[in-house]
Amino acid sequence: MEAGGLGKVYQDGEIIVRQGEVGNAMYVIQSGKVEVVEDVDGKSVPLAVLAENDFFGEMALFEDQVRSATVRALGTVRVLTVDKKTLLRRIQQDPALAFRMLEHLCHRVRKLDSELGKISTAR
Amino acid sequence: MRRLTGVNSGSWLTNVSAVLSRLPSTFFRSRRPESDLSRQLFPEAENGNGKFKLENGSRIGVIGSGPAGSFFSHFLLDMTQRLDIDVGLDIYDPRDFAVTGPTGCNMCGGIISESLVQMLAAEGINLPTTVVQRGIDSYMLHTDMGSVRIDTPLHEKRIAAIHRGTGPRDIDAKDIKWFSFDRFLQGLAVDKGARLVRDRVDAISWQDGRPRIKTRRGLEQDYDLLAVAVGVNSPSLKLFQETIPQYQAPQSTKTFICEYKLGPKTLEKYLGDSMHVFLLNLPRLEFAAIIPKGEYATVCLLGEEIDKPLIKSFLESPLVRKCFPPEVSPEPPPCHCSPRINTYGAVQPFGDRVVFIGDSGVTRLFKDGIGAAYRTAKAAAETAAFAGVSREDFRAHYWPKCRDIDFDNKIGKAIFALTRQWQKRPRDLRGIVRMVALEQANKKRAPHMSMVLWDLFTGSATYGEILWRALHPGFLSRLVWNVIVANVPLRRGKLP
Repeated sequence: MEAGGLGKVYQDGEIIVRQGEVGNAMYVIQSGKVEVVEDVDGKSVPLAVLAENDFFGEMALFEDQVRSATVRALGTVRVLTVDKKTLLRRIQQDPALAFRMLEHLCHRVRKLDSELGKISTAR
Repeated sequence: MRRLTGVNSGSWLTNVSAVLSRLPSTFFRSRRPESDLSRQLFPEAENGNGKFKLENGSRIGVIGSGPAGSFFSHFLLDMTQRLDIDVGLDIYDPRDFAVTGPTGCNMCGGIISESLVQMLAAEGINLPTTVVQRGIDSYMLHTDMGSVRIDTPLHEKRIAAIHRGTGPRDIDAKDIKWFSFDRFLQGLAVDKGARLVRDRVDAISWQDGRPRIKTRRGLEQDYDLLAVAVGVNSPSLKLFQETIPQYQAPQSTKTFICEYKLGPKTLEKYLGDSMHVFLLNLPRLEFAAIIPKGEYATVCLLGEEIDKPLIKSFLESPLVRKCFPPEVSPEPPPCHCSPRINTYGAVQPFGDRVVFIGDSGVTRLFKDGIGAAYRTAKAAAETAAFAGVSREDFRAHYWPKCRDIDFDNKIGKAIFALTRQWQKRPRDLRGIVRMVALEQANKKRAPHMSMVLWDLFTGSATYGEILWRALHPGFLSRLVWNVIVANVPLRRGKLP
């Protein structure tokens, strides 16, 4: 790991977030890529590949639910953990901090809409 | 014309206003913004010749491009763009952060706190490895009663060691592998559309209720809002005190910072990825730290008017010498400085169309100055974008954020007074070191003392939160128990 690298290094295949676990942090990718997979009826369904500067795990911060998917490293990846308590306290003091996360969630909804549209058209 | 500027014009009413507004600095240091007396005396100044709102075509001037100036510019442009308001923003700073040595340096320890690293990541600002010279994952606490290591709660590198400029004055060109942190932030503001003007602001006046700046090269420009982010070491601060009478600059004290060139291998061997903090029984020394970076170790001394004898005592202390190879001289290296840091925040760091952010306003005591620059800059930007730029807008939306920091600093002063007492009392210190050592050796133990010290040294939590946790009966009873056990003669030295 480079001396100036922030966060924690995960090796290829290492699980960062496990589906069904209680989450108390979100993660920001500093370098490398991760794969988001959902376990559906025992089958591992790939949902997305995220890269540098992408967030994951933020859904568990805003709703009282367990992790909806598993996230694992694709190659060596460096990920920074953002604590739930620290983040929510700061959002309470500075609501504008949530802009970027709202933007990110909007982007994700837009992407899902587009995917659903493609599936409907294919049928 | 804003008549408040006519202090020397001979008008008795103006002089009375100036005297009244200066009263607090002469007789007492009020923490409350001044009353609306000057507005009652000069009602025409209330609205100038326009509205106190940013709108399409508004111009904003930012004086100083350290973290506060760059954060303010970045966030204000981001917010106005979201609101579809087209504004022009100029940043004035004669310094070039790409230059090594004092010309491009902002004289600072160079630590980005754990909480700020996380908040910036949430903002989408990830600090690259070309700027962060070393990720810090632990603290080594050195006291006269022993040393103990405190790991980050998640065993993760979440503290960033950076250089504010491109590097110390004796850096070799081949060793310049990292960018200046201040230059990185400047880049964020420029990417959002800020215009960087490499010129010094020499004069400020008021024109139809709007601030007008004049630079050394003769440029004159009127602004709808002026953000002052010059820091307490800037001679420009005097300019604002003279032009904006209600503003009283922060009180400050002298510190000491120096850069030892050790090279990566020596840094790894002697300091590792830990920041080394010292609680030594040296008079007037509140806190000292050695911060490993890429090629250098930064030594930082904070306290009351740090002078040469105190610097000598610290650098020659056996505990400090252990952090350096024997061949390194205890004399201060070529790159050293004695910048001032805030001890009390400014009084009324705002007015109509003017706001003081970062060190020229209010900052955190001894810790997390860059975090405070981020908070005050963002609060000022939010006020300007969403509320307005009048004194009342800043009083209602910006001042409460400053007041929170200011109040927390008062608690911080009490905590540092307590740590000063610890430094003088070996028995207490022995108990504290024992408590931390046991917590760090057995990860199943709740790390109460480790977290209190971690947050105190890193600036990750407010002083209020730290005090609240330290006053918990469970914490106090454990501390008393450890002090007793650590001072039983047979058990001394039996730390894990």
